[in-house]
Amino acid sequence: MSRIEQCFAALRAEGRKALIPYVTAGDPSPEMMLPLMHELVEAGVDVIELGVPFSDPMADGPVIQLAMERALAHNVSLRDVLDMVRAFRTTNQTTPVVLMGYLNPIEKMGYEVFAEQAAQAGVDGVLTVDLPPEEAEQVAPLFRRHGLDCIFLLAPTTTLERARRICEHASGYVYYVSLKGVTGSAALNVTEVAEKLEQLRSVTDLPIGVGFGIRDGASAAAIAGVADGVVVGSVLVNQIAANVGDLEQARAGITAVIRDMRAAMDR
Amino acid sequence: MSDSNSIDYTSVPDQHGHFGPYGGRFVSETLMDALDELEALYNKLSGEPEFQAEFDRDLAHYVGRPSPLYFAERLSARIGGAQIWLKREDLNHTGAHKVNNTIGQALLAKHMGKPRVIAETGAGQHGVATATVAARLGLKCQVYMGAEDVKRQALNVYRMKLLGAEVIPVTSGSKTLKDAMNEAMRDWVTNIDDTFYIIGTVAGPHPYPQLVRDFQCVIGREAREQCLAQAGRLPDALVACVGGGSNAIGLFHPFLEDQDVAMYGVEAGGDGVETGRHAAPLAAGQPGVLHGNRTYLMADENGQIIETHSVSAGLDYPGVGPEHSWLKDIGRVNYVDATDTEALAAFRELTRIEGIMPALESSHAVAYAMKLAATMRPDQIIVVNLSGRGDKDIHTVAGIDGISI
Repeated sequence: MSRIEQCFAALRAEGRKALIPYVTAGDPSPEMMLPLMHELVEAGVDVIELGVPFSDPMADGPVIQLAMERALAHNVSLRDVLDMVRAFRTTNQTTPVVLMGYLNPIEKMGYEVFAEQAAQAGVDGVLTVDLPPEEAEQVAPLFRRHGLDCIFLLAPTTTLERARRICEHASGYVYYVSLKGVTGSAALNVTEVAEKLEQLRSVTDLPIGVGFGIRDGASAAAIAGVADGVVVGSVLVNQIAANVGDLEQARAGITAVIRDMRAAMDR
Repeated sequence: MSDSNSIDYTSVPDQHGHFGPYGGRFVSETLMDALDELEALYNKLSGEPEFQAEFDRDLAHYVGRPSPLYFAERLSARIGGAQIWLKREDLNHTGAHKVNNTIGQALLAKHMGKPRVIAETGAGQHGVATATVAARLGLKCQVYMGAEDVKRQALNVYRMKLLGAEVIPVTSGSKTLKDAMNEAMRDWVTNIDDTFYIIGTVAGPHPYPQLVRDFQCVIGREAREQCLAQAGRLPDALVACVGGGSNAIGLFHPFLEDQDVAMYGVEAGGDGVETGRHAAPLAAGQPGVLHGNRTYLMADENGQIIETHSVSAGLDYPGVGPEHSWLKDIGRVNYVDATDTEALAAFRELTRIEGIMPALESSHAVAYAMKLAATMRPDQIIVVNLSGRGDKDIHTVAGIDGISI
């Protein structure tokens, strides 16, 4: 059983839902990451999604675009992100880490090299925003051979037939994008999400995480009522943007948001 | 190169939009359904004579096609080599080849019932061509343009506004064409229900590289017929500038099976390819994935896209259409470059010798054609795609001359 599967199985047994924070690796500086990752775990997260900085993040809104620019100002590369995960793993062997990003840095490193090094570093899953299953026919099996789960997106525009095919390629969990738009968008409709998730349950037994538009304890709790996991990104990254000069304050802001969500989800 | 005789050029893209290892559909999931829908509609309509007739009618009566093939006799005589013939896409309505494609895509938008169109633009030619067809069809139009390009193409920005489009300056990243394309993608993913994205070049996710190529192929089909009629034979060489590469593929594609016709795609050499300050991914880049397709890209050792440089905003792009990547690898087309300095010299030369002021983009093709002509015989023929007119660049050239107008 992969670390991600174990995590979801344990949560299911406890009747709890996964809280999955997204932060961009190296934002606002590489030194921030290791303490932040450990503090996220202490604050009650279950899986960490680590954004791999990319110069042209087409699917992201302004908040995460700027986060990537801050990380790239320190030349944070995919190799650096793997080093961060490796460092995290020296003291944490239980919390799954998923890399989320775009294909070109992986393509540049080479798929075989990346898969091997990511697995060695302790990465558990890979979510590549611009790699739909149609283009992943070689990549997904390669990643799985190295023990990496391939996490794919499902969207409001995904037909049920297509969702069925995507879930056949997916492992770990699937990520339902709650709205049409980029990260950091506002208008979350929980009823619509609930209806869509009910349909998706008919085509997959994989855990379903939901992201985009979750901003606070109330929206996290509402989504936790219908999904297996709650993904939260832009609202955390905003804490960094507001405290670029004060990393401790930024981290305190993030963990406060997480604690609030955790409490609301478990209530 | 040796086996390019046996290649079936009509076999690409395959059903998944691949040109050999290039092309494809690398986008986030939200867009996949819309791309499937567009592909299905295009496959259906492109096989219908009524759609083709509607497109041809618009090209004839609205764009003013066919565009002439003009023998630049004085320029050719001055060089003393091959004959230089110009395919006059600059004479199209709106002043560039871009309108061939926007007419076609606007027809698709109309068939899909989308009330709003968006576009990205670099030099502003595609933005103007999109704003123009939107005005004609009564569609709401928003055009994304890098903030840097908004500055250097002020004339086209105002043209778009007069046509009723809203121009949205993009301030992220390098503030040029690639960032405008990122922002247009973000808009599309947000407004997918009512919006048609009119991509301006032969790049992006499948089926865009295919349908833009098909719409632009009118250039090469006409040029082939005109050359046979006016010169009595096929040309020896074709020359076109390559940013994303839509005017080049439009000229080249109908000649691909004519093995004796050599082809030259001219990238923007900027300060010189050896300086690193250029926009020549085919000359100096490597394959990668950006904007929905796999293609040659300018990226650093970590896969980050690097900033490009060219005096012409329309060529200032770190990628290139995937079919060009394929044509490079199989050796059918030669990809070369012209520097800023060479392009500016060609701009002045063509203006003074022939009374034709080319766009700075097209000036790259003219510059290379002049060099090539000098190595060829006077009975040989080069057809150059004069993809756009230079009025929009007068401010840039005047600025270089130290004159403010």
